[in-house]
Amino acid sequence: MNTQAHDLIDNQGTAHVHQDPIGAKTGMWLFLFTELLLFGGLFIIYAVYRGQYAHGFTEAASHLNVWMGVTNTVVLLTSSLTMVLGVSSLQRNNLGLAQLYLSGTILLAFTFLLIKFFEWGAKRDHGIFPGMEHLHSMPHGEGLFFNLYFMMTGLHGIHVIIGIAVMIVLYNRLQNGTLTRENQGQLEYTGLYWHLVDLVWIFLLPLFYLTN
Amino acid sequence: MENSKTLTAAKHHDDDLHILPDKTQLNVFLALIILTIITVTASVKYPGKIGIGVALVVTPLKASLILMYFMHLKYERPVFVIMFLVAISILALLMGLTIVDYQFR
Repeated sequence: MNTQAHDLIDNQGTAHVHQDPIGAKTGMWLFLFTELLLFGGLFIIYAVYRGQYAHGFTEAASHLNVWMGVTNTVVLLTSSLTMVLGVSSLQRNNLGLAQLYLSGTILLAFTFLLIKFFEWGAKRDHGIFPGMEHLHSMPHGEGLFFNLYFMMTGLHGIHVIIGIAVMIVLYNRLQNGTLTRENQGQLEYTGLYWHLVDLVWIFLLPLFYLTN
Repeated sequence: MENSKTLTAAKHHDDDLHILPDKTQLNVFLALIILTIITVTASVKYPGKIGIGVALVVTPLKASLILMYFMHLKYERPVFVIMFLVAISILALLMGLTIVDYQFR
């Protein structure tokens, strides 16, 4: 914490951490809008190529495992629920419960990545992976579909990994008492980021898994 | 006197956190799961136009639930909703114009 952050002293002589929740929340939302446009750009590429290679896209999509996609959707939705419940717990000053919910969210995030790992691995076994000969030799539409699939789920996966890293930091702060109801915004805004990651996945599901 | 009273009230308002009941969030979660089941069932049982149509309707609905309740947008000051609508409109414009451009080229 820097010195500027707690230079307000009230009449009782207690130190106040200067906070600007509206400003902080605005900043977080502005960041989320850039994320929206980042993924939005990829969605446009997907839409245009799907319009041009409708058959190839449908053919390629039938090779993806619907149930893995659906399982991961349920995993991410559940992690979003544990996240909001964790934020509410912290806001109600129930630190232990907040920590429990946060650890649940982290575990579910790892579960998501594990399922993704097996899914990508299965595709790799069939020669479908960026840089592999088989993927290059596929018909144009199918090749585009799989390249977009790896690009978009990969970018989404990076967001999940970043989310896990931030949540582990916050878990430790709850543990050593530096994250309390007073500065609960840290968890609340991480929650906003986590829900956006969930939101992007909700659109990825029909685009890649439910296209046959 | 009047002024200081309003000031205290305003200050308290800022400190006050609006917390949704856990039960509400649980209901939102259940709705999201049910909507997911609907989309997947439609896509598996009726592949093609019906499946895609259902996904096109239900997916934005799911997104709205997450935005309004999990991301708390329904209970924020109007400025947050306006900011969001501006951002999403720009994305929709970009998307719409690009797709129209490719369709009628």
